[in-house]
Amino acid sequence: MSAGEVGTVERAAVTGRVAARRARRRGLRDREWLWGYAMIAPLVLGLGVFYLWPVAQSVYYSFTEWTLFGDATWVGLRNYERLFADPANAKALKNTFLYGGLSLLGIPLSIGVAALLSTRGLKLVSFYRTLYFLPVVTMPAAVAMIWSWLYNGDYGLINYLLSLVGIRGTSWIANPSTALYAIVAVGIWTQIGYNAVIFMAGLQSIPDQLYEAAALDGAGRVRQFFKVTLPLLSPSVFFVSVLGVINGLQMFDLIYLLFRRGNPAREETQTVVSLFFTRAFEEGAKGYAAAMAVVLMVITLALTVVQFRMQKRWVHYA
Amino acid sequence: MRNGRLWPVHLVLAVGAAAMVTPFFWQVLTSLKTFTESTRMPPVWIPSFEWSNYAEIFDESPFLRQFGNTVVMTAGRTLAQLLFCSLAAYAFARLRFPGRNVVFIALLSVLMVPGQLFLIPQYQIIQGLGWLNTLPGLIAPGMFSAFGTFMMRQFFMTLPREVEEAARLDGAGPLRIFWSVMLPLARPGLLALGVLTVLWSWNDLMWPLIVNTDPEQMPLSAGLSALQGEHMTDYPVLMAGSLMASAPIVVLFVIMQRQLIQGIAFTGSK
Repeated sequence: MSAGEVGTVERAAVTGRVAARRARRRGLRDREWLWGYAMIAPLVLGLGVFYLWPVAQSVYYSFTEWTLFGDATWVGLRNYERLFADPANAKALKNTFLYGGLSLLGIPLSIGVAALLSTRGLKLVSFYRTLYFLPVVTMPAAVAMIWSWLYNGDYGLINYLLSLVGIRGTSWIANPSTALYAIVAVGIWTQIGYNAVIFMAGLQSIPDQLYEAAALDGAGRVRQFFKVTLPLLSPSVFFVSVLGVINGLQMFDLIYLLFRRGNPAREETQTVVSLFFTRAFEEGAKGYAAAMAVVLMVITLALTVVQFRMQKRWVHYA
Repeated sequence: MRNGRLWPVHLVLAVGAAAMVTPFFWQVLTSLKTFTESTRMPPVWIPSFEWSNYAEIFDESPFLRQFGNTVVMTAGRTLAQLLFCSLAAYAFARLRFPGRNVVFIALLSVLMVPGQLFLIPQYQIIQGLGWLNTLPGLIAPGMFSAFGTFMMRQFFMTLPREVEEAARLDGAGPLRIFWSVMLPLARPGLLALGVLTVLWSWNDLMWPLIVNTDPEQMPLSAGLSALQGEHMTDYPVLMAGSLMASAPIVVLFVIMQRQLIQGIAFTGSK
């Protein structure tokens, strides 16, 4: 933005050159639109074919039913009726919100890590950041393997550590009453580093003078944190919580990888997306699955609107 | 705060970091145990360094082949995205043409839609092209990105116009200006987008599960998933495999940490 302004000022100063430039520009502008279309063409084609048109197709499919041979017949609202009548979907939706909502519990941890890493004069910052960030970059398929072994009922490290303090652990991801929380814990573990990075960027944008002013008014470090840092960090907190809920809505990898067929907790832990995957690509119910996707889109959009309404109440933009 | 008083900060950060890293420590430790050692309670803390676990994964699955598939898929998607996104982003940022804003907003609307709405038609396109269980099928939809275009457009808009003006006065056309003036200047943005795309591509699971069901054509993510799904319980071998599958990306992250952090900070700044 400011670079453009400098350009304007400069142009105004050198009036003679401006006229010459304008003439040349006009000559070029005749073909500028052609270049514009040519340069966006590959992307527009790709996004159009693979993303935009498919949305319309999916909406259409949601009103159809498919035979084994891939013929689609119009069935009106039947998919939606069946969808709302199936208790598995209600459960999946509930789980989806539980995953998304409970994952917000990791936010205070991330803020703590970010605040500590932003301590002035601290050394080894990038070393710590690397360690906290490792789960973010690790392949979910690997994460699932690591944690299914840690959570193992007989040979898992977690149950061993619990046994040291006299607690008898369970088979965490095969037990329907613990499985969901076990996955939430893995989710938080993978997100702490990511969120901390966003919070660190937010912390950097808070001007030092505010802290100095607060210190002059006699505010201690703890008071400064609650009166200056947190309110000014609220845009980042808002962003991270929106992201958390939306990621929760998209939860698939860990659910798919950890709750295979035969896992007693499978029924209790499915999300909307994992159920979508099963219906569309394992059972071939493409019309029904498309209806699920449409409902998920409506929920996502509604949630985004609600969150942006709510932010006016508690987000302070400096 | 004086440096002498920083030790409590270090203490808390170190304890937290140790907790974060413990699962990886356990992964490495397990990968070096014999199967019997891995099932002993209390745990064996000094393994017998069973390096053969790392060789065995190559017998259990077409690991090398899958590694190659992952590299090709990641490189294909990333190079294509960098090219297509930056090309379009430059036009959206600097060139004037009718309908520019409408098209740009239409493309951005892709970001608001949950991915499941694309998947069934995408699968049909790949199937129609006869690309199921092929590398092109694995790569194709991931070559285009609305997010990448948005990111590069924002980046181009922060660059000064003067250099371009100079090149224009020298008679260079838009494509030439883009290629030899703007792209070199956009290096930091390209690197940030590149690292994000590599990370997302390497770890991607759902699309490979949908289109490539033949183990020979799978990337590592789907390959590991298939191994675990076959109820393979030889955890030392699984740990060795998962370690080798995720190591390249971890190394890349350590090298290009700054770019990745910048990319993520960008996603948080808008």
